[in-house]
Amino acid sequence: MRRIISVLMENEPGALSRVVGLFSQRGYNIETLTVAPTEDETLSRLTVTTIGDDHKIEQITKNLNKLIDVVKLVDLTEGQHIERELMLIKVKASGAQRAEIKRCVDIFRGQIIDVTSTVYTIQITGASDKLDAFVQSVGDAAILEVVRSGVSGISRGEKVLSL
Amino acid sequence: MLSGGDMLIRSLQEEGVDLIFGYPGGAALHIYDAIFRQDKVKHILVRHEQSATHAADGYSRATGRVGTVLVTSGPGATNAITGIATAHMDSIPMVVISGQVATDKIGEDAFQETDMVGVSRPIVKHSFMVKHASEIPEIIKKAYHIASTGRPGPVVVDVPKNTVDPMETFPFEYPKKLKIRSYTPAAKGHSGQIKKAVSMLLKAKRPMIYAGGGVIQGEASRLLTELAQTLNYPVTNTLMGLGAYPGNDKQFLGMLGMHGTFEANTAMHHCDLILAVGARFDDRVTNTTSKFCPNAKIIHIDIDPASISKTITADVPIVGSVDSVLSEMLDLLKEAKDTPDEAALSDWWKQISEWRERHGLYTQPRYNTGGDMIMPQDVIKTLYEVTNGDAIVASDVGQHQMFAAQYYPFKSPRQWINSGGLGTMGFGLPAAMGAAFAFRDKDIVCVTGEGSIQMCIQELSTLTQYGLPVKIICLNNQALGMVKQWQDMVYDSRYSEIHYEDSLPDFVKLMEAYGHVGIRVNKKEELREKMEECFAMKDRVVFMDVYVDPTEHVYPMLVAPGGSMRDMWLSKTERT
Repeated sequence: MRRIISVLMENEPGALSRVVGLFSQRGYNIETLTVAPTEDETLSRLTVTTIGDDHKIEQITKNLNKLIDVVKLVDLTEGQHIERELMLIKVKASGAQRAEIKRCVDIFRGQIIDVTSTVYTIQITGASDKLDAFVQSVGDAAILEVVRSGVSGISRGEKVLSL
Repeated sequence: MLSGGDMLIRSLQEEGVDLIFGYPGGAALHIYDAIFRQDKVKHILVRHEQSATHAADGYSRATGRVGTVLVTSGPGATNAITGIATAHMDSIPMVVISGQVATDKIGEDAFQETDMVGVSRPIVKHSFMVKHASEIPEIIKKAYHIASTGRPGPVVVDVPKNTVDPMETFPFEYPKKLKIRSYTPAAKGHSGQIKKAVSMLLKAKRPMIYAGGGVIQGEASRLLTELAQTLNYPVTNTLMGLGAYPGNDKQFLGMLGMHGTFEANTAMHHCDLILAVGARFDDRVTNTTSKFCPNAKIIHIDIDPASISKTITADVPIVGSVDSVLSEMLDLLKEAKDTPDEAALSDWWKQISEWRERHGLYTQPRYNTGGDMIMPQDVIKTLYEVTNGDAIVASDVGQHQMFAAQYYPFKSPRQWINSGGLGTMGFGLPAAMGAAFAFRDKDIVCVTGEGSIQMCIQELSTLTQYGLPVKIICLNNQALGMVKQWQDMVYDSRYSEIHYEDSLPDFVKLMEAYGHVGIRVNKKEELREKMEECFAMKDRVVFMDVYVDPTEHVYPMLVAPGGSMRDMWLSKTERT
């Protein structure tokens, strides 16, 4: 099962490599990974999506918690949550394709953020499966480059992950 | 005002460090100069950085204190890696201070530069890189705190040369208190879970207490013994846990696992309740996990939540320090209205006695005693008798290690020092050396083989320098015995790369070259006399080169792969 684990950790050099190292060392999977400092600059927020059964996920969270740099963590998929990913995608846009791509971007509520005579650069946000759907709609033939941020997530309602 | 180097050594003094095991080199020279200018912390010069870590490890296992290591950058640091990994696998508290090239050189492939924090990352509990001299006191305080609390482990402190520059001085103040917001090791177990565990314990008909190294690390041996004796339940220890429960007690079934006793492994398989204390259901214990103890409910006490339900799912997990949990259990048992089911327990003990009689290691010899060759088991038994079972025994890795674990019943914790998790050949001699620094008045023994001893043999010179009268008992079978055993059993005796008998050194002459005493024993009838002679030389290093039956195997041995704990080879031809 796909899980989103959100980690609050010390914003220290080496902290990220410890988290990433843990995953490779113990044979856990990283699907996506994002990390950046929070409003409190001593803390970083890291979101990792991984795949595993309940036993594996329990081991992942326990081992993450054991890392000295990890302050707190939550498995967002255990409760109601919102997830978003940002994608920048460069596609061929010439001739008849140009209008078709534009329509597709509108349907997916994306924005064209850069234009040349033959190329559109599109920004699109949403849950990962929405981004997958967009990539599929545009089709491999038109795609020149895809950059995805990886998943960021947050709990719904009043639940917060903070100190 | 102190320089970074002086602050580092002052901080070690503040932590009560009395010994550092180390080896100097370029990037560590400022620190070594700071050591020279004081006399509170004593530095022990080993002959290889691997030995520095093993010696600090042996010192820690024997005393319960944090072992301290100092090495230089590059090869000094990488040589320490094996010892750090050894300590990590067995949860031994250790602080390893490594020199590093100056901060402005880091990343430039400077002379003797290695990314020590990166290289050691998977085998440390935590690591620090000093960025500025002023951070040193706090980092040292944190390092010792992290190494010694919770589930202990090694901590690396990487110290770039410029941060310990003698020309730059700063005010020194050692922090009194410490707060690490992201590190709060569990202390007490969950009371509800402990209550539940006690009521399950009292209802059990075929209980087993399975105790590991955590009982020793957690200083809970006395409590474990009290609990087991209050209940009159059978106890087995892991390889790491030997000594946690008195090895000669009638409730002790011996070690369990790969080379555990018939009675311990069989009782585990048939029990209906396991009280696991500070043990981690390691693969050398469980054999095939799907066949592990099919009828048992499991109570698992461990300070590390990640150890619980990792390989075997616990029915009642209790995260907490073993001493606090066991003492809470004892309190509950004293108040409890129920008592153990005496009739069931008596049947269970009857069954266990029957197993003991049938194949137990201690009821009668389970090896050939009629031949001319010296049997390795007899060497350990003789060692036990000659040392009255009071020696601190450090072991290397291989058949001799298993014979020592089987035939030297350890009376108390911290008496048995061995590399259980990583299985590091070469560990024995430097570990014995570390223990010898802590206990000048005890017999310190290194049980080894002619293979293992050659992996850190250079420490014979360190023993000379510091006058440490370690007794080395070498079970010489002229081959890599444990590998040979596997090649006999699994590879049709195709002996691939295990022989070197024509090129073995003359150990007696070698000992003389180092200023020690060597005794060769190859006659059965001389074994005891020579062993007594060896231990009579109180202030000398003595190496007993005992030629043992090279064909002997260690039994019992779990049948793997695919076997359960009751599936064992009992001899070359007999299995359960």
